[in-house]
This record gives sequence, C-alpha cells and structure tokens, in this order.
Amino acid sequence: MGEAIVITSGKGGVGKTTTSANIGTALALMDKKVCLIDTDIGLRNLDVIMGLENRIIYDIVDVIQGRCKLKQALIKDKRFDFLSLLPAAQTSDKTAVTTEGMRSIIAELKQEYDYIVIDCPAGIEQGFQNAIAGADRAIVVTTPEKSSVRDADRIIGLLEKEEMIESPRLIINRIRNHMVKTGDMIDIDDIVQLLSIDLIGIVIDDDEVIKASNKGEPIALNPNSKASIAYRNIARRILGETVPLQSLEDEKGVFQRVKKFFGIRS
Amino acid sequence: MREKKQLITIKGTREGITLFIDEYCSFIEAMKELHNKIIASKPKDDEPIVSVKVKLGNRYLTEDQEKHLRKIINEKNRFTIISIESDVILKEDALKWKEESKINAVNQIVRSGQVLTVKGDLLLIGDVNPGGKVVSAGNIYIMGNLYGIAHAGVDGDRNAFIVASYMKPTQLRIADYLSRAPDYESDGVYMECGLIDEDEDKIIIDRLQVLSHKRKGLSRFERRVQNG
Repeated sequence: MGEAIVITSGKGGVGKTTTSANIGTALALMDKKVCLIDTDIGLRNLDVIMGLENRIIYDIVDVIQGRCKLKQALIKDKRFDFLSLLPAAQTSDKTAVTTEGMRSIIAELKQEYDYIVIDCPAGIEQGFQNAIAGADRAIVVTTPEKSSVRDADRIIGLLEKEEMIESPRLIINRIRNHMVKTGDMIDIDDIVQLLSIDLIGIVIDDDEVIKASNKGEPIALNPNSKASIAYRNIARRILGETVPLQSLEDEKGVFQRVKKFFGIRS
Repeated sequence: MREKKQLITIKGTREGITLFIDEYCSFIEAMKELHNKIIASKPKDDEPIVSVKVKLGNRYLTEDQEKHLRKIINEKNRFTIISIESDVILKEDALKWKEESKINAVNQIVRSGQVLTVKGDLLLIGDVNPGGKVVSAGNIYIMGNLYGIAHAGVDGDRNAFIVASYMKPTQLRIADYLSRAPDYESDGVYMECGLIDEDEDKIIIDRLQVLSHKRKGLSRFERRVQNG
C-alpha cells in the first residue's frame, strides 16, 4: 500500500512543479515505485519538466470521465521503469475533476506504487481541494519572501483542517547564497518559527535547476548540483532517514543555527 | 387583609427614591396601585426631577411589562428611572452572561486567513500569524506571538485590553478604536499590553504593570457582575 504526498504552496511560481518532479525522481533513484500526478488542469507543466510531453495520449480528465483506463493514461518515464506520470488535461478546466474522482484514482494507484506525488495548482480553490483530496501527507513549498511565506501559512491552515492529512512539512526553496550573506533575506529560522511546522529540506537557488527543467531532465539526476543533493536528501527524509540539512556555503552561522533548530525539532 | 397590605412601598434616599414592588401580587394589581399613587401626589411647579430606583425582588418582568412600568413612572414627567433591579433572570440570559464572562482557552495557531472569534475573554495558547485575526467581546490574552490583528471588546467595551508574550501586531483594535503598525520596520515588544488611553484618546502599548492601576477591576472575581 503506497502513500500519497501532495506538494502545495498557495502562491504560484515558488517551485511546486520542479519540487514534485525532483522528489519523484529522487525517490525513483532509490528504487521506489513512484507515480507523479499533475493536477494543474489547463496549465500542465510537469510533463514538460520531466521531458515526457510528446508521450501524452490520455490525461487525468479522460480517466475521471471514463474515456480510458487509468493504466492507459499513465506514462512510463524514459529513464526509470519505476517512475510514471499521470498528466493533467490541457484543454479542460478545473471543474472537470472532482474530489471523488481524485480519491478513487489515488486509491487505485496506491495498490501499485510506493509513493504518489501530487503536484498541486496554485490557489486555494477547487483545484487545490482536488489535489489534496486523496493525500496522506503534504509538503508545503515556500520561498524566503514575505508573500510566499504568508500564502504558505494560509495553506497550512487549510491543510490542518483536513483530518486525512498528517501535519504538513516544509521545504524552503530558492535560497540565495549572496542574500543570506548580506542578511537581506528572511531568516530561515524565522520562517520555520512563524509557520511552526517541521522543516524537511532547504534548496538553494541554482541556475542549473532552470537549465535542467528546460532540457526536460530533472536536476535530481545530476549528482554534481547542490540543488540535486537537496532534493535527494528530501527524498531520504521522506523515507524516514535522518539527514542533516546541507550547509549551502562554506560560510556557517545561519545554517548552523538551522541545523541545530532542525535537530531539536526532529 | 390583602386590601390593607401595601403592594408598593416608597422609600426616600439621598439619591432619590426607591420603589419596592411586592413580589407576590399580580403585576396588574401592582401597576394599578402604582398608577394611583403617582397620580395622587401632584407635583409642585418648581420641584426638580426625582430619580427612581425600582426594586422588584423575586419578580421577573417581561419586556412588555417593563415598558408598561416605565410608562407609568414617567407619566407625569417628574421621575427618571435610573435602574430596575430584579433578583431573578432568565436561564437564557444567565447562560449568555456566563458565556460572556468566562475565559475561553484556545490552543491553536491562528494562521493567515483564519479568524478566531469568542464571546467573553480569549486566552490563546499559540501564535497569531500575519493575516490571522482574533476577536473577542472581552480581553485578549495571548501566550505566544501576536503578528496579526487582535480585536478586543468587539461589542463596544472600551475597557478591554490585549496582552501578548510578544507583540508585533498588524493592527490592534479595541471597541471602536484602531491602531496600526508603523510604516517603518520596527521591533516588537515582549510582555506588554495594548489598551485605550483616555487622555490621549487612542490605543497605547505599555508595560503590563500599568494594568494594575488602569484596569483595577481585572482582579475582581465577578467584575462583569458589576458591569452588569
């Protein structure tokens, strides 16, 4: 029986889709059977980042509306046999998906896969409700910006009302080294303290991530990138390992404190 | 026998007069007698208006009855009612009263977009994050960080106040007063309270110690009984 994890953030553009693709890939690298689901109906991206766009025949709306079987819509990844993608529809809108439909798809996928990673659309409307409907746990992605943290807080509030979902965990994405140094960025400690949920990983803002996304190769495949290691560490933490937070630079200080903080919390 | 018994007893005090209405007779009889008594005594022209306290004992007045009573007493324009006191209240009112005077302990984080509303006082164990809001008819005590909006005395109680372990609110609201955070970046304060300052006519934030002389009623157990 697998586990469904929803990746959400509230605000758009903080890296939900990139995070979903990379966590899925990193879990698959550790020999877990993983299925990615893109629930951003009408604005699908996950297939592009995974480089699987040209393989789409059926999508999630076709499955929910009974035009095809679930197995037919799943796309096997070109790199791993263990990784599949259920793409979103590009032509329908969000109303085509129902929470019941999502629940039954996820229940079916859980029989087959170890992890189901659900990429949630931005916003808190129906699309969000659909994405979290079948999830067992949630990961909230935020960047060290005020507006993004505010939206993450709102999302955590909504997730806490869902009884099916465990307490969400936090990824702080796009941390910029040079701004950390100058102190112009919101402190990671402050974010964790404000949101008061467990931190599951921090990812630096790495140009390689964008390059890799454009090539359709998730960065997690490239072992030389710091961001890649961060995603792999997150995957290990999802599996229950205790992995210390990366130090992002030689410079210590802020991140030492975070490490200490994380150590206490976990 | 009954004819001889006074249904209405009038006592003069320094503040005015007190009317005792017998608690066993029927309301209509009592009103009849009251009416007669008031009509009987003709006012002198230069007599000042007398304030009246009505004591009902164990009698409960419905709204209509109270209106009727007020009409009779005010009839000749000589009296002004300062209070109508009864030793009994409806269960419904008692429950409401209890609700309004109790301290509601809540243990949660009030996150962005969430509103926590209570009647009576609020004791929040947890933070109020930016974008979150707590509202109470009485005082607000926060054991945690206040970053969002807190509104105390929402029904108009200007004596209400807000205390927090750490205070850096977006807005403080007390009754119909409002104050907001300054536009420049500022540090919050630890263990302080927000309350309305009568002299300055605005909400001020001050040390907790000022509460002991500015809000003296706080330590009194049944302070809301007095406020009534």
